[in-house]
Amino acid sequence: MKSLFIHLGRYVMWHKNIYKKTGNFSMFYKEVVRQVYDIGVGSLLIVFIISIFIGAVTAQQMYYQLTGTSIPAYYIGYIVRDMAIIELAATFTCLVLAGKVGSNLAAEIGGMRQKEHIDAMEIMGVNTASYLVLPKIIGGLIAIPILVFIAAIVNIAGGYLASVPTGLFTNFDYVKGLRSFFNEYNVLMMFVKSVVFAYIIITVSCYQGYFVKGGNIELGQASTRAVVYSCVLVLVSDYVVAILLTTG
Amino acid sequence: MIRIENIHKSFDDVQVLKGMDFEFDAGKTNLIIGRSGAGKTVLLKILVGLFKPTDGKVWYDTRDFFDLSKEDLRALRMEVGMLFQGNALFDSMTVAENVRFPLDMFSKMTLKEKNHRVNECLERVQLNGSNDKYPSEISGGMQKRVGIARAIVYKPKYLFCDEPNSGLDPKTSITIDDLIKEITEADNITTVINTHDMNSVMEIGENICFLDKGKIVWKGNRHEVMTSENENLNSFIFASPFLQRLKAKAKK
Repeated sequence: MKSLFIHLGRYVMWHKNIYKKTGNFSMFYKEVVRQVYDIGVGSLLIVFIISIFIGAVTAQQMYYQLTGTSIPAYYIGYIVRDMAIIELAATFTCLVLAGKVGSNLAAEIGGMRQKEHIDAMEIMGVNTASYLVLPKIIGGLIAIPILVFIAAIVNIAGGYLASVPTGLFTNFDYVKGLRSFFNEYNVLMMFVKSVVFAYIIITVSCYQGYFVKGGNIELGQASTRAVVYSCVLVLVSDYVVAILLTTG
Repeated sequence: MIRIENIHKSFDDVQVLKGMDFEFDAGKTNLIIGRSGAGKTVLLKILVGLFKPTDGKVWYDTRDFFDLSKEDLRALRMEVGMLFQGNALFDSMTVAENVRFPLDMFSKMTLKEKNHRVNECLERVQLNGSNDKYPSEISGGMQKRVGIARAIVYKPKYLFCDEPNSGLDPKTSITIDDLIKEITEADNITTVINTHDMNSVMEIGENICFLDKGKIVWKGNRHEVMTSENENLNSFIFASPFLQRLKAKAKK
């Protein structure tokens, strides 16, 4: 319990340094662009593959659950769409990114700590928390919501591909479902979630790498912690955001 | 000149440095020597500000390092260069980019001016023509020299070297030592070297402090090492039979 408070306190205090001014702006800008590319383009394929199957499974399961009931067939398209937008795109994508991006960031920064790169920068007068972490936060806050948006579209397309060509229901029913009861607020909710999750994944993972001590075993443990803590915090914050945005 | 006064450092209940006073002279190669675990690295990290001492002061000429304002500290950082044991070169950057990094971060020079300065430094460490290579494409000795080039790119007044010869063959070690000595004398830099290397002690040790169990137990220069009666120092310096014979010969 004591350790939890120590880490929480250090995590909060560390943020003060992250948002302090760093050195040259053009170096900073280049780093942000690199992060957007690494996190965004680098994760596109895995997000695409996972989203298409999640959409397909959702449609298949809805068909299984609703067949034989009095609920109209076109509701399946509506349910797939809203599940994708409200929950599955943001949560599943960010859980996958917690694994892929989180472990990568923890290993990258932890490796720099171990190879004394961070010490070298600090001796030069570089604010390392800001120089190393802030571009990743900005890159993540740009790339991850875009990935989540793409995931939502691919989710819906996956549902379509799993149901219409296979004859579970007609093109008309699915499209009618997609067009029914649309609420723009759900899209806003998806983006709010993706921003919150992105912030958690990037900062928790960078924190684990930044403060790593010891050798390769500790670096591996830090990477694992980055993924586990990010996943747990994504799920906890999912619930908190859901309460905040759906009540009152 | 760098002066340390009554430096203490503890980690939790473990006291690593137990009160140290010493003066590192400008224009000289100042060596910190001692056995593993004597506190050399901790002292070096205190000197460069990576650790804060539990007690005591570090003076950079007339400036109290741990009592500087943020602006003054930043200005002082510009006067400090460091060569790391593992070189700490950024793997994703070329040799030239590594050397240029401090300039890119803080200098208002144009790219042309920066590149000119980088070439000057690389030439000084005899690495001209290696600008576009990556650290993984050059040898350990060359990496050390890139580390030195990066450390001097901002024309530092203070240069710190952590085990500059570790992992190098004897001949390359001599080259690195000579290079550090030449730069120190030519630019009148206060150079502090943390080393185990006996050859460095004998060749470039102009001002030496010997650490044992967190204390400075001997001070002197390379000539005085040979004739010292300090048993602790002798057992460290002349650990090998070859050096014992050398000392016996010198005494005669």
